[in-house]
Amino acid sequence: MSERRVVISGAGWVTPLGYEGDRVWSRLMAGESAIAPIRGYDAETLATNFAAEVTDFALDRVLGEAAKPYADSGVGIQFALAAACQAMCMAQLGEPGQGLTGGVDPRRFGVYLGAGEGRADLANLAATCLAGWDGREVNGAAWSSEANKRLSAKREIEQEPHVVISYVAHAFGLRGPAFNCMTACAASTQAVGEAFELIRYGDADLMLAGGSHSMIHPLGMTGFIRLTAMSTRRDDPSTASRPFDSSRDGFVMGEGAGMVVLEELEHAKARGANILAEVAGFGSTADAFRITDIQPDGLGAQAAIRRALAQAGIDPHARDKQGRAPVQYISAHGTGTQENDGIESKAVRGVFGDLAPEVPFSSVKSMMGHLIQAAGAVELITCLKAIETGRIPPTINLNNLDPECGLDHVPNQSREVNGGVDVCLSNSFGFGGQNDTICVRKFTG
Amino acid sequence: MGRSNVVITGLGVVSALGIGADELWKGLVEGVSGLRPLKHMDANGFPCGVGGEVPDLAVRDYLPKSYRKATKVMARDIELAVVAAALAVKDAGLTTRADEGEPTLPAGRLGCQIGAGLIAAETAELSRALAASVNDDGVFDLGLWGTVDSENGRKAGGGMNHLPPLWLLKYLPNMLACHVTIVHGAEGPSNTITCAEASALLSLGESMRVIARGDADACFSGGAESKLNYMGVQRLDFAGRVAHTDEREDGSKVTMPFATDSRGGVQGEAGAVLMVESESSATDRGAAVYAKVSGFGAAQSCQGPIGTGVWEPSEAELTCDEALADAIAGALRDGGLQSDAIDAIVPLGLGVPDLDAREAGALKSVFGDRLGDLPTITLAPNVGNCSAGQGGLMVAVAAMAIKRQVLPGRINHGAADMGLDAGRTKASERLMKHILVCASGLGGQSAALILSAP
Repeated sequence: MSERRVVISGAGWVTPLGYEGDRVWSRLMAGESAIAPIRGYDAETLATNFAAEVTDFALDRVLGEAAKPYADSGVGIQFALAAACQAMCMAQLGEPGQGLTGGVDPRRFGVYLGAGEGRADLANLAATCLAGWDGREVNGAAWSSEANKRLSAKREIEQEPHVVISYVAHAFGLRGPAFNCMTACAASTQAVGEAFELIRYGDADLMLAGGSHSMIHPLGMTGFIRLTAMSTRRDDPSTASRPFDSSRDGFVMGEGAGMVVLEELEHAKARGANILAEVAGFGSTADAFRITDIQPDGLGAQAAIRRALAQAGIDPHARDKQGRAPVQYISAHGTGTQENDGIESKAVRGVFGDLAPEVPFSSVKSMMGHLIQAAGAVELITCLKAIETGRIPPTINLNNLDPECGLDHVPNQSREVNGGVDVCLSNSFGFGGQNDTICVRKFTG
Repeated sequence: MGRSNVVITGLGVVSALGIGADELWKGLVEGVSGLRPLKHMDANGFPCGVGGEVPDLAVRDYLPKSYRKATKVMARDIELAVVAAALAVKDAGLTTRADEGEPTLPAGRLGCQIGAGLIAAETAELSRALAASVNDDGVFDLGLWGTVDSENGRKAGGGMNHLPPLWLLKYLPNMLACHVTIVHGAEGPSNTITCAEASALLSLGESMRVIARGDADACFSGGAESKLNYMGVQRLDFAGRVAHTDEREDGSKVTMPFATDSRGGVQGEAGAVLMVESESSATDRGAAVYAKVSGFGAAQSCQGPIGTGVWEPSEAELTCDEALADAIAGALRDGGLQSDAIDAIVPLGLGVPDLDAREAGALKSVFGDRLGDLPTITLAPNVGNCSAGQGGLMVAVAAMAIKRQVLPGRINHGAADMGLDAGRTKASERLMKHILVCASGLGGQSAALILSAP
C-alpha cells in the first residue's frame, strides 16, 4: 500500500489583527501590534488590564444570512464558524448551510478541533454562587434556584467545546470522524496533527481542523493572573508582548480561531483543488516533568520537533539543495514568558545544532498575543503564508535579545527569504508539558 | 507499511461500584447499583438527589511519596484519572517511573490519551473568593475582584487572591493526562479528547492508531470525569440529561436503559484508564491479554438534536442516530467484520428515552432483525452516566466479558422494549468472539470499538 499524503487546500482565520487573510498578513508583515487596554469588560483593577482582542468582527460579514442562528452564540463559536467558512470557501467545498459541493462524501469528511471552552457568564455565575453561599458552605437549594433564574441554558451548554464541532459540522454538512482536544496552548496544533494522521491512516479523506478560543473574560484572565504568567506592563500594552527579549515579563492574551482543510493528495488532485502546502510531519510528546515547569533542557520539545522532522524525512543537520538550513521558518511558541522562550530556544538549538542560528525563528505572539487553544492553527496559517509569499513575519518589541534565546528571531522587521520558503515548523507547547510540532512543506507535486 | 495489532493488557477502574475493575465486574454480575443519595454535594433543590459517587477515593495511596503534594492541585476528575491509571499499570504488570526498578518500556514509547471534560471550578472555593468581592449592595463587583488600585483612586478589593495561585492548573482538562504522564514517566504521544460521553472511545481509537502506526508501544487510554458538582449537574440538566425525580434512595429505579418509562439520566463519576499495547510488546513481555481491539470507527451527527435549539433536528435523526450507525459501520469495516460476527453489544443506554430511542434506531439499522437476539451489557443503572469516563468503563467491561466468556447481569426496573435485549437478567456464561462498544456524546460525536477474543 502506498503512503497517503496530506495537503492543505483551504485556510481561514479570525485574529486580533483582523480576519481577511491578506489584510492580517500585511499587518503581520508591517509589525503591527493588536494589543491594547481591554474594551470588553471593566479590567481596571486587574493586574493585566490589556489584551489582543478581536475587534471589528461581525459573523454575518463572513457568513451572510447563514450567520443568523448563531447571533447569540459565544464568541468562540462565532470565530470558529467564520474561520471554517473562509477555509471551506477557499477550498471550494461549500458555503455554510448549503451542504458540501463537488460530490464530496460527507462521511469521509471529518472535523478535528482544539476548541476551547466558552466565555464564563461571570455576573450570573457570581450571583448564583453568592445566593448559595452562607460563608461556610454551599446551600444547594439556594444555588440551584438562583442558577435556574439566572443562567442561560444555551450559553451553559455552549461552554463545552464539543458543541463547536456540532455547529461547524451542521453548518457545512460534515459527517466524518469528529474529535475535540483540549491540550491547553498546544491544542490546535495537535488537532491539525491528529487530523493529518487520520487521513494518512485512511479514516477520512478530508478533515476540517484547527481551533478557536477566547479567554479574554474576567475569569479566564484571573487564572493566568494568579499564576503570574501574563505581562503586567500596564503603562505600555502595545509593547508588552516581548518574546525573546531580556525585558519580557509574561505573555499577553489574544483570542480568535484558525481552521485549515486537510485533504488526501489524490483526492485534492482529482477535484482540481488549489494546494497551499503539504503536511509533512507531526510530533506529539509529553515532558512528563512537572505541572508547573517545563523540562529545563526542552527535551520534550526537542522530541516533538524531532518526530515531526523524521516523519517529513528531514535531517536537521543537513543543508537543503540550495545550501540553506533545512527549515526556513519556525513559527515559535514564543510566548514571552521568561521560562518558555529560553527553553524553546534551547530545544531548537538541541535539534538543529550548528545550523540553529541559520533558522529564522520568530513569534507572531509579539503582535497578536497568545490565542491559547487557537494559537497553533493561526500560527500554522502564518507558515502557509510564508510558503506562499517567501516572506516571514518578525518578532516585534525585540530590542535587547536575551542571550538565553539568542537565535535568529527576525527582530522587528519582516524578511524576504532568499530562495523562498520551502519548509516550516510550527511549535506549540501547553501547560503540564504538552508538546506538539507540525511540519509543512511547499507542495511541488 | 506494517500496522501493529493492538491489545488491552491492563484495566484501571474506579466507579460507584468501588475501586478496581473486579469491583465493577462483581457489582454488575450481582446486580448491584451504586446510585445512591449524593453526599459530595447538597442536592436539595436539584432535580435528582441520587447519583453514582465513587466511595472512599484516597488518591494519595496511589502516588509515590514524592508526588503526594501535587494532590493539592488535583480536581476530582484528575484524582479519578490518577487512581485509575495506577490501577491500570499494576493490572498490566508494568513497571513505571512510579515504581522502584527499571521501567518496562522506554519513556518515549509510552503514550497517553485520556479523555476528559470541562472541569467546573469547585463552588465553595470560588464562592469564598466571590464573596470577598461584593459591594455595599451585596453584588459582585469586578473592581473589587482585582488587585491593583487604579490611577484615579479606585480601590481594588483583591477578591481573586482568595483563589490559590495554581487555581487554573487544578481545572485544565489536560491535567488528567499531565499528572499521569509525570507520575509514570510517559513521554510519548499525548492528547486529551473532550467529546462528552464519546471521549473515552475516541481516545481509545486514537491510542489504537498511535500504536498501529508505530509511534508508541503502549498508551494510557480511556477517560475520567466527574460532573457530580453544582455546575456540572446544572449544565446536564439544561441539556435534558438529568431525571426529575423524587426517588431519594435507589437510582436504578430512575434510569432504565431502553425502557420508554425510564425517568431520565442519573449522573455518575468514574475514572476508567486502560493500558492498550501493541500485540508484539505484550507478547515480548509475556503480558496477559484481555482482548484485542480490532476495529474503530467514528462519525459526527450534523442534523441531530442539540440542546441549544440552534436548529431543528431532522425527522430521521430523531428515530436513528445516523452518526452512531456510521461509526459502527466504520468499526466493522476497520475490523474486516460483518455485523453478524458481533456477539454482544455494550451501548450507552443512558435511560433518557429520547436518546435511547435514537441509539436503538442506529443499532437496528446495523443489525436489523437480529438485534433482539444480541445480548447487551448496560451500565447506567449500576454506575450512572460517567461522562468522559463512561466509554472507558464500557470497554473495560467488554474486555472482562470476553476474557471470562461471561455476560454480566443487568438491572432494569423498566420494560426495556426498544427492540433490544436489555431487560433485567442474571449473569450467564456465553461464547463471545466479538463485542461492539459504542456511544454518542452530547455534541453528536459518535464512536465505536470492536473488542475481540485474542
